[in-house]
Amino acid sequence: MSAMTRKRNITGYLFISPWLIGLACFTLFPLGYSFGLAFTDWNILEPAKFVGLRNFDKLAHDPNVRDSLKVTAIYVLSSVPLGTALSILLALLLNQNVKGMRFFRTLFYLPSVVSGVAVSMLWIWIFEGNYGLLNTVLSWFGVKGPQWLTDSKTALLSIIIMSLWGVGGSMVIYLAGLQGVPRSLHEAAELDGAGPLRRFWHITVPLLTPTVFFNLIMGLIGSFQVFTQALVMTGGGPGNATLFYVLYLYQNAFQFFKMGYASALGWVLFVIILVLILVLFQTSGRWVYYEGEALAASRPKRRRSRLARTGGGEGHAPQTDIR
Amino acid sequence: MRRRRIFGKTVIYLLLVLCSAVFMLPFLFMLTTALKSSAAVLTIPPKIFPTDYHWENFGDAMRMMRFWTLLGNTVTITGLTIVGTLLSCTLVAFGFARFDFKGRNFWFLILISTMLIPGQITMIPLYILMKWLGWIDTFKPLTVPAFFGTAFYIFLLRQFFMTVPRELDEAAIIDGCGPLRLLLYVMLPLIRPALATVTIFTFMHTWNDFLGPLIYLQSDHVRTLSLGLYSFQGEYVSQWHYLMAASILLMLPCLLVFFLFQRYFIEGTTVTGIKG
Repeated sequence: MSAMTRKRNITGYLFISPWLIGLACFTLFPLGYSFGLAFTDWNILEPAKFVGLRNFDKLAHDPNVRDSLKVTAIYVLSSVPLGTALSILLALLLNQNVKGMRFFRTLFYLPSVVSGVAVSMLWIWIFEGNYGLLNTVLSWFGVKGPQWLTDSKTALLSIIIMSLWGVGGSMVIYLAGLQGVPRSLHEAAELDGAGPLRRFWHITVPLLTPTVFFNLIMGLIGSFQVFTQALVMTGGGPGNATLFYVLYLYQNAFQFFKMGYASALGWVLFVIILVLILVLFQTSGRWVYYEGEALAASRPKRRRSRLARTGGGEGHAPQTDIR
Repeated sequence: MRRRRIFGKTVIYLLLVLCSAVFMLPFLFMLTTALKSSAAVLTIPPKIFPTDYHWENFGDAMRMMRFWTLLGNTVTITGLTIVGTLLSCTLVAFGFARFDFKGRNFWFLILISTMLIPGQITMIPLYILMKWLGWIDTFKPLTVPAFFGTAFYIFLLRQFFMTVPRELDEAAIIDGCGPLRLLLYVMLPLIRPALATVTIFTFMHTWNDFLGPLIYLQSDHVRTLSLGLYSFQGEYVSQWHYLMAASILLMLPCLLVFFLFQRYFIEGTTVTGIKG
């Protein structure tokens, strides 16, 4: 090894050393520790007892785990798709060539700037059954709204509705994606006689799929970790109606002091998230369109084949000619 | 054709105004509630606007939740976290972007993978570690880890460093510039927008953090605003004018930062794909 390579190695490692230390102390060590804890019974005060796989066995039969998985699954399956659809629609609306777009963009984005306890507090008050904003607005139309957060039928729905208020963040990402769609593609397709709907479906949508994919992954990870809303707004209730998985994990660790059991819950969560991400990546080849040939827009021959390719998004026979 | 276009524009504006109203109504309701008297909050049928405005609610709420202590704690934690994040993440990102050391790709892969680990797994051992160090009820568990880098911001800054042409480094090195001076005087001025984005995101995240303080801070004198508001809710059930006044106070810095640095927000969000 030459002196120069050695020097470069040393300098490189010196620069990343803070992170390496952090990785060891705040990620790898806790990860290993947590893995070990998952096989013990420990309440912090007495020494930990090794119990083998008993935590996982208990977990599989714990009705609260079942409820919390159900609550979390319902939340993920409704909040993520609804949020995606809504943010794409809003982005499309803003992408129209209208004056004052920046102003409206700011208004739509604003709710996603605030978060945490203050937002949860605001929404408890909005959902309040007798004096809250939502039921007041509903009463203008002669509708008598439910006791949103204290009714086990609507509590989870309320938290889903609240999550939609913050779609501005992903909306801005889609808006940037929309603005990245080359005008020339639309113009070419228009010359070929494609109407606005068809152009949307065959040009805009395919070019937007990488953004959708990315947002889906981020949304998935985020929705699995809902905590603040659940603790502050409902405390998991009424009954187990909003017992989100992470809330149940927190309760086990810091209210019941079952550290071993809570660690086992954490690992199950990790595995679920990993499997879902892997599945998404596996299927992504079928519906995510990567812009490798995007430059082809300037070359008419390739462009034709591009439009043709995008026609067969779902795997059915591609339309060979847009005309 | 012309008439159709005017019709289309009108529909778009109507939709835009309608959506804006839906997004803004919660903020408006929060503000008007904060200005109502306690009797006006609970009238049937509810009115959105108050008849008389009680600005003193803000002062009262601040006194009741001991606002200044909480604010001091929150500002200290947020400030230290921002300093730590900027320092460590810049150094590490620069190392990853500019030095072809052995094993760089391996460590970078590890860095990316750590972003997928849910914080709930490491939360329990970290709590035990902090307890063992005697750091419970201090700001250290919340601020010290920031000085050892955050994977996501390292990744973000590294991407920005990569956009700076290598020729600049080479010129600086030929002029006798060491790696640290190169970073400080050549690179940092060039990636200022990225540093602003990291600062803003760290600010928003730490300011609004709830789970961290909830686990590590127990005594009254170390609590943050988020914790304060949470227990304020327990003490003043259905005193909505005070609760909304306190919530506004908590949101105000975030809104202010947003309006001052809107450009970095929207740029940061679109570049990284996450919200603050």
